[in-house]
Amino acid sequence: MNALGRRWVRGALIAAVIAVALGLPIAGTPYLIDVGTLVLVYVMLGLGLNVVVGYAGLLDLGYAAFFAIGAYTTAILMDDAHLAFWWTLPAAACFTALSGVVIGTPTLRLRSDYLAIVTLGFGEIVRIAATNLTFTGGPEGLYGIPHPTIGGLVLRSPQALYFLGLAFALVVLAGSYNLARSRLGRAWLAIREDEAAAQAVGIYPVHSKLMAYVLGAVFAGAAGSFFAVKLTAINPSSFTFIQSVTILMVIILGGMGSLPGVVLAAAVIVVLPEVLRAFDQVRMFAFGIGLIILMLMRPQGLWPSRIGQIERRAVAVSEASAAAVVAADAAATTE
Amino acid sequence: MTVALQQLVNGLTVGAFYALIALGYTMVYGIIRLINFAHGDIYAVGAFLGLSTYGLLRLLHVDNPILTTLLGLVVSMGCTGLLGMLVYRVAYRPLLHARLSILISAIGASLTLEYGLFLIYSPSFLVYPHLFDSPGMALGDISVSGLQIIIFVSGLVLMTALYVVVHRTKIGMAMRALAINQDAARLMGIDVNRVIAVTFFLGSTLAAFAGVLTGLYYSQISFLMGFLIGLKAFTAAVLGGIGNIPGAVVGGFLLGVLEGLAAGYFSSRWKDVVAFGILIVILVVRPRGLLGERVVERM
Repeated sequence: MNALGRRWVRGALIAAVIAVALGLPIAGTPYLIDVGTLVLVYVMLGLGLNVVVGYAGLLDLGYAAFFAIGAYTTAILMDDAHLAFWWTLPAAACFTALSGVVIGTPTLRLRSDYLAIVTLGFGEIVRIAATNLTFTGGPEGLYGIPHPTIGGLVLRSPQALYFLGLAFALVVLAGSYNLARSRLGRAWLAIREDEAAAQAVGIYPVHSKLMAYVLGAVFAGAAGSFFAVKLTAINPSSFTFIQSVTILMVIILGGMGSLPGVVLAAAVIVVLPEVLRAFDQVRMFAFGIGLIILMLMRPQGLWPSRIGQIERRAVAVSEASAAAVVAADAAATTE
Repeated sequence: MTVALQQLVNGLTVGAFYALIALGYTMVYGIIRLINFAHGDIYAVGAFLGLSTYGLLRLLHVDNPILTTLLGLVVSMGCTGLLGMLVYRVAYRPLLHARLSILISAIGASLTLEYGLFLIYSPSFLVYPHLFDSPGMALGDISVSGLQIIIFVSGLVLMTALYVVVHRTKIGMAMRALAINQDAARLMGIDVNRVIAVTFFLGSTLAAFAGVLTGLYYSQISFLMGFLIGLKAFTAAVLGGIGNIPGAVVGGFLLGVLEGLAAGYFSSRWKDVVAFGILIVILVVRPRGLLGERVVERM
């Protein structure tokens, strides 16, 4: 397929996504709209984790912790303090950012796979704490979370919640699009590729990594706030290690650092299990095998980011030219 | 004081499990720098294979408890060891130079093993045969069951055996060489893939051993039993200094005892938080662990 053809396919796919996103609440049944809203939640989570893993290259295996902190903050503030939904958003952002700083500051200097394990431990601590503390409602969680309102309008119907989710997802999408092209985004790219070289040109890695961590946490917090008012009830079983892995799956399936990839993969991750409901027994088993096969066959994901492709091509070219030089040297010595 | 001593005994028993599993993590990490996420599930597979062997032996009317346990251990350790090698061959070997991909592949392998057990055996808890009914000893107010002594002693024997293998045999020397420099080891004529496969085999047999004994100790097993204990065993390996074999043993026992004390004096619901809290603190304060050497980031 040539470049022009590829652009056409991309354009057509994006148009199809927009058509589905807007047509769904008008034509869909409540069940379909509900599935669509869940897709939007995963789009937000995927985009947030993409900042951490895709842009900055930090493996986070406890991302659901930030999702949980956002959801619980909104739920507690709306249930107990009777705050409006919109006022809980900044609070959720503050709490998630704060927890991002608390867990990130000491650990971001660590070896990258140690970071993965620390985040995993953090995720488990948050989940166990939510299960055992009283103000989080214990294992039953919190329920009766009020619906959000705009002016006097109560967003109760599936359509209204869907559009609220769409608005959230678009803000997060625009935010991460701009982040990738900002000074900070380029710093992340540089650190991901070669931390020592990035440091040599004046990037302070720990600071940039912490920013990625905190921004990713805030995105997850926003997704959590929306999740709480969408379901009106939350409990710790939504924030397990499997949840963190599922979010990670979204960005790996989509292609690290690729925004359309995240959207596409979020849809696949939510819709595929719904379609496979009949095969519920083998679902997770197939998921595990699929993960291995995907890594073996197509590690760059379904819709790899363009920057990533350019990088890979450049590496391939430089490796080929290096090989050519070696071959030429070898030829020269044999002569 | 009684509580402390009793929890010390319980902690040393659980610590033996942690130490046996942590050895698998630490050997694999030392050689190929991979956090083998599937290792906890390898331990679960070991427990299930042990249960199958017990079932088979009962069909054959072999009911000497010592004989069945020994056979169960041997069959389970052998099969699980081969499974560990298979997982390495299929899911890890092609990805040895892709740091992130291999980790994801490991998570995939973990899910595959967990839900493979779910499909083959049962989604609920399975009951292990109750073979060792010995009341054990009572030292004052502290009770030590016969099984606890067996677990502790046999665990120590296996750990020593592993230490001897790694430090006194040719294959062990090859493992240590790989851990230091893979390319140089290859140039010295070491078959790198074979040595890594043997490492996976040894680690998996130790995990299977722990799995069968866990079944006997707690008398029930489930397909998800490997997840949490795998995380904690990794914590133990990090605590002792990852890549360091005596470190994994020390870390395992230490974690078991600390957790036991936390459960005894605080609340058993928070003992996991204590374990992960220790992990985070250790990684921040002393990333190389108690006995580990300084490790340089290698991409």
